[in-house]
Amino acid sequence: MTTPFDEVHRAIADAHRREWAFVLAATARVAGDIDLAEECVQDAYVSALDAWTRDGIPSNPAAWLTTAARHRAVDIHRRNQTLRGKLPLLVEPDVAATDVEDVEPIPDDRLRLVFTCCHPALGREAQVALTLRLVCGLTTAEIAQVFLVPEPTMAARVTRAKKKIALARIPYRVPDSAELPDRLDAVLTVVHLLFTTGHTAPAGEYLVRADQVDRSVGLARMLLVLMPDEREVRGLLALILLTDARRRTRVDAAGRLLLLEEQDRTQWDHAQIAEGLALVVNALRGGGAGRFAVQAAIAAVHAEAPSYAQTDWPQVLELYDELLRRWPSPVVALNRCVAVLMVDGPQAALDEVDVLDASGRLAGYRYLPATRADLLRRLGRFAEAVEAYRAAIALADNELERAFLNGRLSDVLELSRSTS
Amino acid sequence: MAQYLILIYENEEGYATASPDDFAAGMKAHTRFAEQISALGGTMLGGNALQPTTTATSIRDDIVTDGPFVETKEALGGYYLIEAADLDQALAISKLCPAPFGGVEVRPIMDLSGG
Repeated sequence: MTTPFDEVHRAIADAHRREWAFVLAATARVAGDIDLAEECVQDAYVSALDAWTRDGIPSNPAAWLTTAARHRAVDIHRRNQTLRGKLPLLVEPDVAATDVEDVEPIPDDRLRLVFTCCHPALGREAQVALTLRLVCGLTTAEIAQVFLVPEPTMAARVTRAKKKIALARIPYRVPDSAELPDRLDAVLTVVHLLFTTGHTAPAGEYLVRADQVDRSVGLARMLLVLMPDEREVRGLLALILLTDARRRTRVDAAGRLLLLEEQDRTQWDHAQIAEGLALVVNALRGGGAGRFAVQAAIAAVHAEAPSYAQTDWPQVLELYDELLRRWPSPVVALNRCVAVLMVDGPQAALDEVDVLDASGRLAGYRYLPATRADLLRRLGRFAEAVEAYRAAIALADNELERAFLNGRLSDVLELSRSTS
Repeated sequence: MAQYLILIYENEEGYATASPDDFAAGMKAHTRFAEQISALGGTMLGGNALQPTTTATSIRDDIVTDGPFVETKEALGGYYLIEAADLDQALAISKLCPAPFGGVEVRPIMDLSGG
């Protein structure tokens, strides 16, 4: 009796999405090398197609795939003895020497994989690319899509990063407690970057890249399962859920960008907000909250506000001050200006934006001229607003953002004519 | 175990204007660093300080010129060759390497043994 093709296909796709990181990490122990482990895991997924059609879908697909991939790794090692001397880095002799059939319980090595991909000796883009490749199991073509670069460029980047791991001996390990806060921050930054570039695509015709957002949620959930006591992991998941809860209200039926001010709050995802709020309460408990928890707290104030006008802006401003103390980023300082606008008015906000502008720390950042333009418009300084909108449009590569800015530009152009 | 070269890049002005006391303190810092390497589980295989780039001679396409190969604000001024278990250990060691007028670069040594 054979299992229907569709069913097997679905089971494999499911196992790919859910179990890739687990299977790869568990195989890396035996393979001794991430490249070889990847190859063996790919082979295991391919062989699953025949085997599962013939014998039925196993009750524990991850264990089946791990056993198959480990067998393959051992075979290759036996055939190619010379590899052994060269690539013993990830091999745990006890595991390699013991019976590979004995895979229960398979130790969960996903954290080791994540920390290796996000090692500080790798550049940020390489960290993101490797995480997508090794933890999420994306193909090079899919990763190239995320970065909006040609596939050969991404292939070269991934290869270079993997080579550095092997040649510089970046260890396959979870950092010790002394290093953990810094190293964890790098991991969370990678997941957050994946989210922000999915939440608002830096370029292209879509505002949101949903698959990328979903992947970042999946990664944050996985990290929380693996590190339940790390409050910043909780903070990051809360931040992502609370921000993404607005997804379906950010564009109107005509495909026009809607600002927070204009969104239909009844259409926000309230189940997701409830989950995010519970997480943020937990992440903030006990004081000394990290930057992701504080950002999540800001998102929580918005999520709970009945309207834009009735938002507790003084609290938002206070939270931004708190965030700036923990994380003195110019982007945070710019976002804070929106709260300054709502609490102290457009002139106070513009003064702060101008200080940031003069510092040059946000040169080329599209939201700086866009924020300036909006404040100048509110102050009735239309001619200057025109200039600022033009500067913002020159930097905007996302078509929805461009269209929004063009709309504002024609408004202020008209106003500047009628007032001059 | 793997071998790494710690390259020390510093602004040479710093040493040019250093007092004899500063110089002695610098030497002492390097002696202490050599002890710290083994305390961190690594091994020091060698190392040297270089004379400043004003003494350097470069050769490119058989043409001999006065000065360093590349003019930089911070120049290579010395190195250590160490052995460490992995990059994390090598970085932990390198963080302690004295370089008050610059910083260090860590490079893995190419394994040509073919084993």
